[in-house]
Amino acid sequence: MIYASQVRKSFGEKEILKGIDLEIEKGKVFGLLGPSGAGKTTLIKLLTGQIPADGGEVRILGKEVEKLTGRDKMRIGIMMDNFGLYERFSCYENLKIFADLYGVPKNQIVIKLKEVGLYDSIKTPAMKLSKGMRNRLQLARVFLQEPEIMFLDEPTSGLDPANTEEIHRLILDKVKRGCTVFLTTHNMAEAEKLCEKIALLNEGIIVEQGHPKEICRKYNHQKKIYIHRYDGEDEELSNNSIAAERLYRLMQEEQIETIHSTEPNLESVFMELTGKSLNV
Amino acid sequence: MKTTIVIFKKQMADTLKNKEILIQFIMFPIITIIMEKVIVMEGMPEYFFAKMFSAMYMGMAPLIATAAIIAEEKEKNTLRVLMMSDVRPVQYLLGVGSYVWLLCMIGAAVIAFSTGFQGKQLLIYMCAMGFGNMVSIIVGAAIGMFARNQMMATSVVMPVMLVLSFLPMLAMFNKTLEKVAYFFYTRQIQVFMNGPEYDMIEGRGILIVLCNMIVALVLFLAAYKKNGLE
Repeated sequence: MIYASQVRKSFGEKEILKGIDLEIEKGKVFGLLGPSGAGKTTLIKLLTGQIPADGGEVRILGKEVEKLTGRDKMRIGIMMDNFGLYERFSCYENLKIFADLYGVPKNQIVIKLKEVGLYDSIKTPAMKLSKGMRNRLQLARVFLQEPEIMFLDEPTSGLDPANTEEIHRLILDKVKRGCTVFLTTHNMAEAEKLCEKIALLNEGIIVEQGHPKEICRKYNHQKKIYIHRYDGEDEELSNNSIAAERLYRLMQEEQIETIHSTEPNLESVFMELTGKSLNV
Repeated sequence: MKTTIVIFKKQMADTLKNKEILIQFIMFPIITIIMEKVIVMEGMPEYFFAKMFSAMYMGMAPLIATAAIIAEEKEKNTLRVLMMSDVRPVQYLLGVGSYVWLLCMIGAAVIAFSTGFQGKQLLIYMCAMGFGNMVSIIVGAAIGMFARNQMMATSVVMPVMLVLSFLPMLAMFNKTLEKVAYFFYTRQIQVFMNGPEYDMIEGRGILIVLCNMIVALVLFLAAYKKNGLE
């Protein structure tokens, strides 16, 4: 569905992307994680043909991105943080412009606004919407074209947990219906929750990619188990027969309050690989 | 064509919401009607205010409106969304340009009918305004594409607008300024209108207006080549 091989991009002297390889299958959610300035937005722009690559190959919907026709572009929905709304126009009017462009029946506008929970604000000008509502209106605009692929650039950035949860629900709902999603985020919990595959991007290089849990397991160097007992004491057990006996006894005596493996989270993996935090 | 109509309709829907642009379209027609009705002086040429303000209207409203619309869409990134929705630059520019042209022509028609232009006089007035508005729209589009944001568009459009709209008026009172204004389409079109029966239309004047159109197109293409609609 989305394929990139050795994609490079520079702005002036600065090399932003240094040979990106990735492949995303149909109906999957792919997450691109990286700190600010890692090149996430540039990669989305390249993959969607907004800017040309300096080298490498980008294929989307089975075609080279430069050869996408207008009809092909209608199959790709893009929501970017810097994509604007018509501030003086109401939610309905904002969507009407795109419904007219896409040739979508007007009744779909109301349906999409209901879908994203903005029906009550149908006449509210975009300038009066909160950030969460603006993001949902942008999503409604993307949904209007019933895309096969959605590119979502930090869709929940700056949102409260309730709005974040709502947007996650909307994304997953589309995935269930076969939509492929490419999203960028620096929120590791979001990536772990939504993505079947992630890539960690740092300074224009993908330093690791795979299933979030597999990546975490791969960097689980300690391979230990942490136990917190009801008496307030902590214990660290290794992966061997002696520890197994100890664990068995603790369980039999019902002394275990919490038990955790020592596998790292994506933040820790990123830190280990790059020496940087994802939330820069 | 469908896409151009969508852009045109979007602009029409924005007309009453965007006061800054709306005022450009209605300010001069209203001022003209008031001045024509209120100020009547002996020896004053017929339709003096209508002709003077028409040239100012032509050099100001389409220029500011076009540049402001494009610059705002660039600044707010709505233009990028349109481009990603398979709107081609030429379709967008035609949509915006035809909208500005139509509203300016409605303004010109209001001036013409309220001041009593008739027959051949009315026809030539509307043709002259139609062509002049078109040149101003092209210059405005060039500025809109050249500017990165609304602030920059305003900074560039103001001096251009002052030259195009005020120079024809000032040329009426100053010989030196008239020599400079002679090379601008707004002044030439004002001269066309100044003839009692539009008998001031001369070959050289038409040539200057056409040259202005060519210069506007060159500026437009240069701005498009440099920045496109990004």
